[in-house]
Parts: sequence; C-alpha cells; structure tokens
Amino acid sequence: MSLITTLARLEAVSRDRAQPAATVRHRHLSDRPLVFVPLTTAGEAGAPLGALVGTDRDAPRLLVVPQPRDRDLRFAFLAELADVVLPYVDSYGEAVEAAERTETDPETGKRVKVEVELCADAPQLIVPSRAGVELVRLLGRSMRFRRTAEEDPQAPFPAPPRVPLLGRWLTHFGERARVPGSSLLLAMTDVLSRHWATGQSSLEDQHLGALLAWIDPPEGRGGAEAARERELARDADGQLLYPPAGPATDPAFDNKLLAPAIEAYDRARSALAAAEDGVEADARLGELTAAERRVRDLVESRTLPTWRAVWQGLDLLRELPEGAHVAERWTRDRWSYTGHRERVLAGEPPQPRRDDPVTAATKLATREREQARLEAQEALDDPLVMAARRLSGEAFAGEVTDVVMTWTESRRPSPRPLVTVRTDDRPHLAEGARVYRSSNGKPQTAELVAREEDGGVLVLRVLDRMGRGREPEPGSVPEKGERLCFTLFEHEPRGGAKLPDPEETPWTHGGPPGEEPAAEPADPVTEEDIL
Amino acid sequence: MPPPRTREKALRHRLAELRGPEVQAKALDARALAALAANPGCRRRAILDGAGVDKARLASALGAPSVFGQSQFAFVRGNAFEAKVKADGGTELLRLAHEKLDRSAEPPAGASVPDLTAQGPEGRAARTALALREATGASGTWTLLDHPMLALDVAGSPAFLEPDAVIVHPDGSWSVVEIKSFPMLDGSADPAKVGAAARQAAVYVLALEEVAARLGPPARVRHRILLVCPKDFSNLPTASAVDVRKQRAVTARQLTRLTRIQEIADALPEDVCFSPELPAEQLAAAVESVPATYAPECLSSCELAFHCRERSREAGAVTCLGRPVRAELGGLSTVGEVLAAARGEAGDPEDPAVAALRRAAALRAEALAAREVAGCR
Repeated sequence: MSLITTLARLEAVSRDRAQPAATVRHRHLSDRPLVFVPLTTAGEAGAPLGALVGTDRDAPRLLVVPQPRDRDLRFAFLAELADVVLPYVDSYGEAVEAAERTETDPETGKRVKVEVELCADAPQLIVPSRAGVELVRLLGRSMRFRRTAEEDPQAPFPAPPRVPLLGRWLTHFGERARVPGSSLLLAMTDVLSRHWATGQSSLEDQHLGALLAWIDPPEGRGGAEAARERELARDADGQLLYPPAGPATDPAFDNKLLAPAIEAYDRARSALAAAEDGVEADARLGELTAAERRVRDLVESRTLPTWRAVWQGLDLLRELPEGAHVAERWTRDRWSYTGHRERVLAGEPPQPRRDDPVTAATKLATREREQARLEAQEALDDPLVMAARRLSGEAFAGEVTDVVMTWTESRRPSPRPLVTVRTDDRPHLAEGARVYRSSNGKPQTAELVAREEDGGVLVLRVLDRMGRGREPEPGSVPEKGERLCFTLFEHEPRGGAKLPDPEETPWTHGGPPGEEPAAEPADPVTEEDIL
Repeated sequence: MPPPRTREKALRHRLAELRGPEVQAKALDARALAALAANPGCRRRAILDGAGVDKARLASALGAPSVFGQSQFAFVRGNAFEAKVKADGGTELLRLAHEKLDRSAEPPAGASVPDLTAQGPEGRAARTALALREATGASGTWTLLDHPMLALDVAGSPAFLEPDAVIVHPDGSWSVVEIKSFPMLDGSADPAKVGAAARQAAVYVLALEEVAARLGPPARVRHRILLVCPKDFSNLPTASAVDVRKQRAVTARQLTRLTRIQEIADALPEDVCFSPELPAEQLAAAVESVPATYAPECLSSCELAFHCRERSREAGAVTCLGRPVRAELGGLSTVGEVLAAARGEAGDPEDPAVAALRRAAALRAEALAAREVAGCR
C-alpha cells in the first residue's frame, strides 16, 4: 500500500467516510452484467445451498438445494444454473466484428496476418467477494469432467446435459480472473476497494456490507458506525441483521434456522415415500412442498441483501468515468471470450486438471505482462495513481522552462530538442536514463542529459515521435510553459522475451508436446460426493 | 528469592485469583496455543490464556461478543470423515501413513490399537505415555493411538492436548496425524487451512517431544506430519506429508516467551480479576490494565478482538488499519498525529516520515483538484 493510500485511509477515519482511491473507473462494467450470489453449505466445501442469479436487478432467479447432500438435487441446481448462465454467455457470440490476428502459417512457417472474427462484446460475471471467485473456479472444476448420459450411457449418475459445458465456462471465467486487469469475472469487494479507501483494514474490507457502509453510509450516519452495524448487529434470535455476503453462511443461521428446515424437509420426503395410497401421498406432497418453500425462503432471505448490495456497488462504480485504457483491456477480455468460445465449438476437450509446462509458462508470462501493463495504464489514466508513482520517484511532473533545438550529426539530421523541466518531484534518475511522456496518446521517449545540483531542474533530450523531416512536426515538441508528466516506466511494457512456439520447446523444458493428450477421465463417483 | 517450587505455586495461585474465585480454568487447546504464535507481543492475550480465562465469556460480558461458532453441518461432516478414516482398526490411515511417510518400512498389517481410556485428563495422559513406551519397545510393528492425551507444560501449568491420532512406526519413531475435512483438490488444498493445520500439529509435536524425552532411550518424533483430507469432491481419504519444522520452532519459541506471564502478573494491580460475573465497567477496567497489541489479524483468531478493536479505534491507533501501515509512518502512531503532520500543523519537517507525509498529502490534493477541474469542464 502506498503512503498516498494510507493517507486516504486515515482521512477516511477522521472524516468518517470512505475517500477516493481513484479518480476514474479502472475496470470495465458491462451494460448487462450477470450477477451471481451463491451460498454454500458449511463443512461440505463447495456444496451449493442456493444462489441468486440474473441480469435484471428487480427479478433475480432463486435456485435452491433443499438437501445439499442429495446428488439429484445438486444436479438439478446445476442444470438450472446452466439454464441461466449458458444462454447469457451464448448471447454475446452473435455479434462479431472483423479483426486481425498474427498466426504461424502451417505451410511456410511464417508469421502472417489472418482475418478473424472478434466478438463485439463479452459476458461479465459479478460475484460479491473474492471467495465467490474461488467458488466459481471450484464449481467449474467439479462440473467440467462430468459425463452426461448421452456421452457415456454406462456412467453411473450421469450429469444433466448442459452441466459439463457450464463447468468449462466457469473454469474459463475463474482462470481469466487471475489475469491482472481483466474484467470477465469481478469480485465486487475487490473492485470497490480499488476505487475507495475506507477507514478500516483491507481484511475488514472483505465484508461487502461494511465496505458499502463506508463508501455510501445511510443518511445521517457515520461510516464507522454503519460498518460496525452491518458487521455485527444481531436480532433478538441471535441472527445477523446483515447476513455475510457468502458463499459461507453464519453458523448461527445454520444451527438455528437452516438445520431444522432441512430436517423437516427430509422428514417430509421420507413420509411421502412411505405414503400408502394416492390421497395420503397428495397430502404429504403438500407438506413436502411447504418444507421446500421454507428452505427457499431462508436462502432467499440470506442472499437478497447481498444481491442488492452488489447492485448498489455497481451504481456507485458507474458514477465514476471510465479510464482511458479500460476499453483496450476489455478488448483482451473479448479475445479471451472469443477464443474459448471457438475451442468449445471446435469440440476440444475440457481444460485439463493440471496445465502442461508450455501452457503454464504462457499463462505466467501473460499474467506478468498484464500486471506491468495494468500498473502503467492505471497511472496514465488516473492522476491519483500517478501521484503515488511520483511520490515513489518513478515519475515526475513539472513545467517546461526552456526548449533549445539541436540536431543529430548525421547526413540527414534529425531533431533532438533539449527540453528543460523544473519539477518539485524527486525522480530516481541517472544521466542517460530514459523517460517517457504521452504525446497525442503515443509514448514519446526522452533521455536525461543533465540535472542541476538541487535536482529540481532536469535537461532532457527528446528522441522520437517528431516525424521524418529535419523540422519536427508541429505539436510534437514540448513548448515553453507547458506542464508535462514524465514516467520512468514504459507506457507499453513489452514483457520478457517471447516464448518459442510449442513445437520448438527445448528439451530442457520438457521438449515439444507429444501427441494430443487423451481426454481426462471423469472423477470417480462415490456415495458421499459433495459436488 | 524464594525457591522455584514456591514461586511456581505462587504464580498458580495468582493466576487463579485473576481468573476469579470458583471459576474453572479453561484448558488451553492446540488451536489456542497455535494462535498465540500469531500475535506473540500481546500481553493481554498472554495473561488471559495463561490464567485460563474463558475469553469468549469475557468478551460477551464486556458487551463485544466474539463471532466464532461452528456450524453443525461442518461438525457432523468433520466427525463422519474422521470416523471413516479410522474405521476398521485404522487400516486405511496406516496405509496412507506407510505410503506418505515411511515407504521403506514393512507395510502395516494387523497394527495394534491400544485402548487409551482412563479417568480424567491426567489419567489419560499417563495411559498414553505408557502405550507409547510399549509401542516403541515392540519394534517391527505399527501402532495407532486413537485420540491420545498429551500434557504440555505451558508457563508452569499443564495444558492437555488431544491430537486426532499418533502413529508409532516399526522403527520406533512417532508421527502426528491431523485429520481435516477441507478437501484436497487435484493434490492441493487451501494454503491458509493447511497452514493452520500445520501450526496446530506443531503443538502436538512439541508435546510428544516432551513425552519422548522422558522415555528411557528417547524416541524420535518425526517432523513431517500426516495431513489427511477428503479427496476432491468425495469422502474418500487422501493424505499428504507436511513438514512442520518451521511451525514447531516458532511455537516452541513462543511457549518459552510465555513464561513472561509471571512478569505480566506482577505488573498488575492487586485487586484485578477477570471473572465474567463482575460488572462490565469493572471488567473493562481490569482488561484495560493489561496492554494489548491489536491488529486486524486478531479478528480471525482471538475472541476478545472486537473489544480490543473498539479500544484501539477510540485511541486512534493507526494499527487498526493493518500492521503494514505502521511501517511507513515512523514514530507517528495515531490518526490525529499523522494527519496533523501531513497538514503541516505538527511534526518535525526534518523527520523523513513527516516530510514524506507532507509530500504525499500535497500530491494527493493536487491529483484530486485536477479531478475537480476536469469535472467542471
């Protein structure tokens, strides 16, 4: 955490309200995000208890597993979830735009540009908290190797038809969420705490209700007090007034409300099974429906507040103007969506349990590159982020006090203007070091020629982006009196050396991949599975 | 200076006074001992745990109840899984121990599972020690001790600990078994949960080492424990060997530091008592008489955390916002001090922390002002 964020947190404490940690929105928000508020059963790591899901804030779809230990009921839940998520994901596949991609030509081995289709927009999944992102991954993992009755008629407990496909998509969302700056799957607490600094620790910021209380406290209330209430207040029965954002539930809720309701459901079910004639069965079916209703009401009562909180968070985020580079990063998300869609349509097998070395290395390289890119872009988009970089000596802003034209001493002289900048910042710069500024949206490079003794006056030689002629193009050279911001980091970080094509992998790194790996087997099913 | 025996007795007497008359001491379990390692500098926690005060009851009496609780679903599942692992004379558990810890040994067949029932914790601990001695003597066979009882000396008073199981290998060495109900998915589990299990197991290793040291020729306690978890989404057990040397070293050091309890107790006023029966104001004053070092991490490990958080916030301590915050602020420790220094109202401008704060404040103000201007356009 930089000192500027720390300061913002301290100010939040003294003003009793969250303070801005960003002046623009650094993540893409879809016009029609799919919000997913899941609940799980304690102890059954990941066994779903229910969820609210949908794109319409006024009409969420409630999905409930009245007995989380029952495989059929879990499958029914997952099938229903697939019915909501898959049509939503598919709906973005229709509209495409032409784009270019560099590919290796299989015959000549050369890198050529290929016309491809890129989906014009992509789906976006929003969960309340980081634990929700983990659950999306877990659900994806549990479903993608399942076999349906159609694929394998011999399989015991075949999964409903679209469940394995849902597993592949959720895996993709979960995997993409690990790429810095991506917006395909977002955790609301993460996005909110990126944009606001609260007067509590980042651990406490994981509570969505408390976080929102700091950012947007109820009329006439202080942030600290409202946050404490959201975190701890309980009613006369010992139930939290503001249920946790899940997916885990509060133990008091489990023990006092949920357990009796599930027990009643179990009793009603065995009573129905034991019914001896139609009339009796009818009556008992009514009891079963009532018991199921009770569990549904409980699940709804715990998820609805979180559902509203997520939408409130979306409202708050939409008030911020979008950062200039956000659309570019979203394009990468669109590529990732388009690519996965193509793999699914081409009938490729589900993502493996463990990545092979080449895939793992590529993923790691991508994440490192995207991290560097994100840091640079956020600083360029947002003066508040840039302020932190200036404080740490990685950038400086100042006024141009003098410009002297000089040229290179070659046969065709190119302009190399010397620009003197006065700054109050303290950049960590040595002579000859490169600095960058944004000139008409493109990075322009300069190098440090001299620095006056007190360090506040810097003479820079501009090196590029001034056109081909002897005279620099108009507007490409800083002018006297102009205020500029130079960074010590590159605006478009290139990342490390390019990895070789998979076929060229050296033997030291496992060598070229062998023949196509066989499709991975499904998980063996046992009597007591939880997911 | 009185002889050590009397001093120890005096401390025990003093701790009983602190706990309050007629109040049963709350036994320290491995989880509590492991949590001590998380915040060793907290004198409040040290004295309360050392005196066997029930912190959950104390927190409720103070009006800041803790939120720890276990869901019955988790409880039922945990027990069912443990029963499954140990079913059939521990055949499956011993197979896993052989595979993961000791492949060179004879495969276990017909391992002995001694009966460890006895009267009271002291009796059970003695029975366990006896069983361990016998099993170590009978070389060449595997022995499974189901829920043994171990005594560990904590700051002069014994704490009784009950590991899930202890295995005696054919070579006479001992291993701790920890059975947890979080899943191991494709061979990996949640690192935070594995860490907690390792810290807990390290306490058992220390306790076993005390027993081992008392045996004729001391037995070897293995530093790789067996962590047993459900495999993937099933209820089938799978296991992994976890090296707990680091956790063991950390906990051992914390336990020796706990002897400071004497020191803390001596520094307390005569009439201090933590009995939950007392009125809230009196309790609050008693708790206040021992300094705490609150940090947000306490919220997940200490029952008293909400009380300490309130106090820490009232005092305006910057540690409320997280431990790393302190590192950047030099000698400034309260919100008021830091903000005054940042605004230039107080603090020595020569102090690097103050100078950095002022620069940060100026840069932040400049960036926010730029936004205002942009907003007007």
